Amino acid sequence: MAYDKFTVLKSTAVPLPIENVDTDQIIPARFLKATKREGFGDNLFRDWRYNNDDTPKKDFVLNNSIYTGKILVGGRNFGCGSSREHAAWAIYDYGFRCVVSSFFADIFKNNSMNIGILPVQVSDQFLDKIFKAIEANPAAELEVNLPTQTITLLSTGESESFQINGYKKHNLTNGFDDIDYLQDMKTEIKAFAEKSRY
Amino acid sequence: MSSKPLSLFDKVWDSHVVRSIPDGPDVLLIDRHFIHEVTSPVAFLSLKNRGLNVLYPHRTFATADHNTPTINQHLPVADPLSANQLKALEENTSSYGISHWGLGNPKNGIVHVVGPENGITLPGMTIVCGDSHTSTHGAFGCIAFGIGTSEVEMVLSSQCIMQPRPLKMRINVNGNLQKGVTPKDVILYIISKLTAAGATGYFVEYAGTVFEQMSMEGRMTVCNMSIEMGARGGMIAPDETTFNYIKGREKAPQGKDWDDAMAYWKTLKSDDGASFDQEYHFDGAAIEPMITYGTNPGMGVGITQTIPTASEVGGGKASFDKSLAYMGFNEKDAMLGKPVDYVFIGSCTNGRIEDFRAFASIVKGRKKADNVTAWIVPGSHQVEKQIREEGIYDILTDAGFQLRQPGCSACLAMNDDKIPAGKYAVSTSNRNFEGRQGPGARTLLASPLVAAAAAVTGRVTDPRTLI
Repeated sequence: MAYDKFTVLKSTAVPLPIENVDTDQIIPARFLKATKREGFGDNLFRDWRYNNDDTPKKDFVLNNSIYTGKILVGGRNFGCGSSREHAAWAIYDYGFRCVVSSFFADIFKNNSMNIGILPVQVSDQFLDKIFKAIEANPAAELEVNLPTQTITLLSTGESESFQINGYKKHNLTNGFDDIDYLQDMKTEIKAFAEKSRY
Repeated sequence: MSSKPLSLFDKVWDSHVVRSIPDGPDVLLIDRHFIHEVTSPVAFLSLKNRGLNVLYPHRTFATADHNTPTINQHLPVADPLSANQLKALEENTSSYGISHWGLGNPKNGIVHVVGPENGITLPGMTIVCGDSHTSTHGAFGCIAFGIGTSEVEMVLSSQCIMQPRPLKMRINVNGNLQKGVTPKDVILYIISKLTAAGATGYFVEYAGTVFEQMSMEGRMTVCNMSIEMGARGGMIAPDETTFNYIKGREKAPQGKDWDDAMAYWKTLKSDDGASFDQEYHFDGAAIEPMITYGTNPGMGVGITQTIPTASEVGGGKASFDKSLAYMGFNEKDAMLGKPVDYVFIGSCTNGRIEDFRAFASIVKGRKKADNVTAWIVPGSHQVEKQIREEGIYDILTDAGFQLRQPGCSACLAMNDDKIPAGKYAVSTSNRNFEGRQGPGARTLLASPLVAAAAAVTGRVTDPRTLI
């Protein structure tokens, strides 16, 4: 599915300083019943965000209007658990384009990049600085620069570089996806598959 | 000139690389692709929108499991959204010529149970599915892992997937397991030592006498939960136990094909001197029956132990406290004697015949505790059939239990099998995340023996006292 190209994103951020945020929290299984990729943002963090009677939980960050922006900042081991891409869809559909954490689960990281969300892995120390900066001033902005692979806390000017492989970087900055790439290599794939054991 | 020693992982991975993209992932050919009703509809929709076809329909297998009822499967599915997903799977597989074992089909069951059961899963394969517990198939010496829906679309349209080559980890467990210690306890123990993120970025090989002596069902339980410590997957070298399990299954090779396959399968083991990026050694004799106390599978202890303190565990105290608050537990609480409201046996982790044999071994001659609601859910119709044929059904019903029909059920609570808010469930499934088994539900992961002990006593009980 087409997504917006990612180059430089300057935005305020929404802090979620919880470790091991699993994809069941990001979107519970009972909201996976759709057959189209629509409206998942409404149920992002459903059970942390709403009471059982659907009233908002006042202490949850998405219900606090002082925190806004296109960047979600999560605690260590973000996106663990189920492989459901719906978790990444929900984050994208809600309006986030980048997730920052000090550690990501593998499948979530792949799913995010496949739909145009940039996962930015920073050190525990830098993550802590980001949380503190947002706590001190919810209007604090971050700049995520994919071409230079740097993330900067604009209030202090502190920055850190992050890793991404050249292939994925090229895809994200141009809005390409793996399916296009694989279609282009179909002849090579068929030749390989025809002589495969299974 | 001697060649470089290779690991089992290297051998299987390398033989599937169609192309290595410089400064990028490898393009891997996928031998078997499993799909189910929840993570495939959007992939098919996108495929249609792009005007693409399914490249090799006979390499994909579909079953309905995540969102199916576990009672009255002969009736129309009541929830219109669930029914719609099942219909979409039926229509999509039919229009592309993909094998489909839908609800009511005698082959139907949980994807990671029916694949091996029918001989679809064979040693040395690459296997993917839009489900993180695809790691189960690693028990056969496969590279098997869970993928997202965009990747499901990739495999449908090109039979390939793009994956950065993971790091390699070997986990060795040697020694003799104590009585009452099952494969589930072994993997919960490993995860409790490594943490829920301890193997992220790695592909794991399980080695040592404990796994060599384990049945295929047990190996599947172990590999199944590899993802719960973050691993991309887990695998065990195939051996006589593997070959004996596969032989004669419907889609297993036969005659000369079998002999050829065996010659290849016997090469599927790590060479002496193969290198690993990380290696762990554990003593099997030190493992107790395990139980989890928190909200990720790494938060487990031996059943006779007390809940550790945040400082003993390490990591963030706020997250640890949040977890215990959700569970209604305190640091230093004993796990034995904790009240239990629900017991769930089933899932791709522990929904195979051996699991029900183990459960029945404790239940036999006892009665279900009055305060416990138990959901007994076989992993497939084949397992259900065996439960009846082996007399397990009678043991269960004599003890006051009811047998349900196959499906993922309360493991992820997508259907009606939801544990109510605040209630405690001892569950043989794989995840104790907040709300995993229903909004507000509190999950204690454990083996079928621990589940049985809880079901007959109504509280957390050491199964060794009942064996």
